[in-house]
Amino acid sequence: MVQGVRIKDHWQEQRLFERRALVAGLLIVALTLTLIGRLFLLQVMRHDYYTELSQGNRVRTEPIPAARGLILDRNGKLLAGNQPAYQLELVPEEVPDLNASLKALVQLGLIEADTLDDLRRTIRSRRPFDSVPVRLRMSEEDVARFAVRRFEFPGLDIKTRQTRFYPEGEVAVHALGYVGAISEPDLQRIDRAAYSGTALIGKLGVESAYEHELHGGNGFREILVNALGRSVQRQGALVPDLHTRPPTAGDDLVLSLDLAVQAVAETALGERRGSVVALDPQTGDVIALASRPGFDPSLFARGITRGEYATLTDNIDKPLLNRALRGAYPSGSTIKPVVALAGLTYHVLNPDKVEFCDGVFHLPGSSHLYREGKTGRHGHIALQDAIAKSCDVYFYGLAATIGVNRMASFMAPFGYGKVTGIDISGEKPGLLPTPEWKKLAFKRPEDQIWFPGETVNFGVGQGYLLVTPLQLAHVASVIAGRGKNFRPRLVTGLRGMQGDIQPIAPVAGKSIEGVSDADWVRVIDGMVGAATYGTARASGKGADYSIAGKTGTAQVFTVAQNAKYNEKTVDERLRDHAWFIAFAPVDAPLIAVAVLVENGGFGASAAAPIARKVMDAYLLGPDGKLKVAAKAPS
Amino acid sequence: MYEEVTSGSRTRRTLTGTAHMAAALKLDGALIIGLALVAVYGLVVLYSASGQSLPTIIRAGVHLGMGAVAMLVLAQVNPNLLRRSSPWLYLFGVILLLVVDGIGYIGKGAQRWLDLGVVRFQPSELMKLAVPMMCAWFLHDRPLPPTMGTLLGLAALVFVPVGLVVLQPDLGTAALIAIAGSLVIVMAGLRMRIIAGLAAIGAAGGWFGWAFMHDYQKKRVLTFFDPSTDRLGAGYHIIQSQIAIGSGGVFGKGWMHGSQAQLQFLPERSTDFIFAVIGEEFGLLGLALLLLLYAFVVARALYLAMQTQDTFARLLASSLALTFFVYVFINAGMVSGLLPVVGVPLPLVSYGGSSMVTLLAGFGILMALYSHRKLMGS
Repeated sequence: MVQGVRIKDHWQEQRLFERRALVAGLLIVALTLTLIGRLFLLQVMRHDYYTELSQGNRVRTEPIPAARGLILDRNGKLLAGNQPAYQLELVPEEVPDLNASLKALVQLGLIEADTLDDLRRTIRSRRPFDSVPVRLRMSEEDVARFAVRRFEFPGLDIKTRQTRFYPEGEVAVHALGYVGAISEPDLQRIDRAAYSGTALIGKLGVESAYEHELHGGNGFREILVNALGRSVQRQGALVPDLHTRPPTAGDDLVLSLDLAVQAVAETALGERRGSVVALDPQTGDVIALASRPGFDPSLFARGITRGEYATLTDNIDKPLLNRALRGAYPSGSTIKPVVALAGLTYHVLNPDKVEFCDGVFHLPGSSHLYREGKTGRHGHIALQDAIAKSCDVYFYGLAATIGVNRMASFMAPFGYGKVTGIDISGEKPGLLPTPEWKKLAFKRPEDQIWFPGETVNFGVGQGYLLVTPLQLAHVASVIAGRGKNFRPRLVTGLRGMQGDIQPIAPVAGKSIEGVSDADWVRVIDGMVGAATYGTARASGKGADYSIAGKTGTAQVFTVAQNAKYNEKTVDERLRDHAWFIAFAPVDAPLIAVAVLVENGGFGASAAAPIARKVMDAYLLGPDGKLKVAAKAPS
Repeated sequence: MYEEVTSGSRTRRTLTGTAHMAAALKLDGALIIGLALVAVYGLVVLYSASGQSLPTIIRAGVHLGMGAVAMLVLAQVNPNLLRRSSPWLYLFGVILLLVVDGIGYIGKGAQRWLDLGVVRFQPSELMKLAVPMMCAWFLHDRPLPPTMGTLLGLAALVFVPVGLVVLQPDLGTAALIAIAGSLVIVMAGLRMRIIAGLAAIGAAGGWFGWAFMHDYQKKRVLTFFDPSTDRLGAGYHIIQSQIAIGSGGVFGKGWMHGSQAQLQFLPERSTDFIFAVIGEEFGLLGLALLLLLYAFVVARALYLAMQTQDTFARLLASSLALTFFVYVFINAGMVSGLLPVVGVPLPLVSYGGSSMVTLLAGFGILMALYSHRKLMGS
């Protein structure tokens, strides 16, 4: 190279260029090797990692909800099943003019005009190829109305989904419960994965208590999706290798309920508010569990509207209230057989001693009068007749003699004041009052004192004592079993997919201790007397089997000291509640019943006939004679 | 020569015959074969990547044909004419860029296209050829290695069009134009000291330029360093293309069996990210084969450049060859996660008319420079 003026030196430049070209070539080799190295890292060293990622990318798992188990009565009659329900669904991208279609649906009366804005918002928020429900719970008529005009609605179609249905409607609704949409609180306690793809969950009754058994196990289906989340069958030559696991259907529940007896019980109650509970004393099986008024559980399964729900909750008759488990009432005279047993067991009662009933009772040193109830003056009377004719005066004195604490501690094993433990939830314990309880229950010191008069009232089932129909049915079954008893239950077995029934063994309760066989017989004789010549003789008449029963009348409001309770002048809602408990046949009891009719007045006239019908339905064959099975005691 | 043909095998005769024909057309047979192999490979992949779209293949074939015609025509042009027309071409390109930028400024948006009614034309594509031609023309009569003054002039020549393209804004193309121009300068013998110095200045400039970047440009750079920060946004491209390549393994999932590509997880699968489709469906072997073909093309092009005998031809030819490699490297690098995502297509494989025509036109020029070398005066 020359300093100063430089001229082009072609040879020099050529050599310079060749050097540069060589360097460039080496650089290219180096960069290419870098690339290969990078690819080696991705495709060889991290191959498994990326393969997994690409699998996760294209395969989406879709749940297949399991079919909910059926609910059957003891004879295999269907009480709750699954049924396809119709709903109108819309695929946005297939609808040429959304507004026009929606307006036309309004005109058809399939959607309401004031829901249009919400609907449009919902539709906009979904992916264009997702099917959006625009109308749920279509009736057959709705379906027909849409079907004839379907050609006018491209992109709209009627879809079916499985929903719960109750073929018997309102029958046994308070035992069965119902299913409804999964709520926020439900989500807190369930395994969300197990419920993906499921819209309904048991809310009450056996539907709720046996939710786990009924639900079954979800299956899944892997579907091939593209990056937009759209399901595709096959893309190019790409054939998916997809897995599917079929769902395992939920177990069917076999109930102890006898649909026929249940229907008789509900029909017998009719429009009256009340409850019937019938138990099998030898197993605790619930033969019937009725609470009226009821409601149609299908309302909830298909999605209850706000208006429909308000109608139910605002109803003064409280159709949603399960009176059998949650209705707590004074027991009335149905307590008398148990008080009598207490007196006999504590040896403070001579069953053959004749007392005198002049229609009123007063404690020594007190002027307060305790009236005979509706049955008038009984004159000279001993235990059996006192039970049969329900003599209050006799039991006022007996209760005062036994004392409240001894009475309460004797009664507790019968189930007073605590839940029976039936296999559905929501049961109320009622109330077995004691001086101890009163001290805790009231704030003001003067209210905390237990008065002797309260013991007297307690002896005839008035005052603080509260029982539920289920509890009294259980008491009846305890007496029927002469102290032996079982925990009430609705579900006796689970039926698997193969139709094999897995029985659930009955759970025995703690037997009543200390009551002699002779005393059981004395008290039961009194109850048989009630059904033959006593208060319930009308209902016991002409039975093909022997009945032991006891009427009861629970005061709703207290009559003034010198006034006389007059059924006609008292407001219907303030009338006494009518009770009847019974079991039959007496020697080998197959059924124990408790009937409550709210504001029914006399137990003998309002409640006892219902119990008789229930027992007839259960014990008699079609010929009106005792069934063979019922005759042979097991 | 004729005897050689008759005495050789049939295959050899055909090959030699083809070479003769290629030479007669001022083409280089070996380079043509290399380019054709890449292009055919590209069409095969494109058929799968486009979702078995035959119309796409036909259009790609049309692009290829247009590029081949451009290559054939340019190969006939006398390099002296090419050299003399360089400044005019350059000036024409700069004016077009100004027009496009002006329209873009009025239209308040990114503007890269010039709609000529029949054809939509991207002036920045033209500059990919015009800038290196201009630089080579500028250096042709000057002593090499270039003096400081020459370098300043070159810097200005490169900076003006690059700046205009940056304004469009199209950072990727601007970078490619700058690289094409710079390669000419480097091949002209730019001193290593200066290269190192410029690299330092470039780094500083990058730092400074960061302040002027559009948000989406900044985001691209940021997500390059950590794709997971923006899984569904800018990082999505990088993540999905790495999944595609990685899951392809050594042998690939098979033609049309790439789930990433076929199920549209891979964005821009038939254009900028087609490299990932090859990786997924043909595996490491498929990519290695492609890189081998590219290497052959670049090596042959560099060889041809070295055979030329004047400064303009040498510099321009080598710049074209190296630019081709840079395209490959940038595209493969960005798709495999080595480089940030910039809009650079995979040469001759990515679907797209502009880049196909420009690239083949470049090879036409390169062949013209080689095949007319004996005609050229100094």
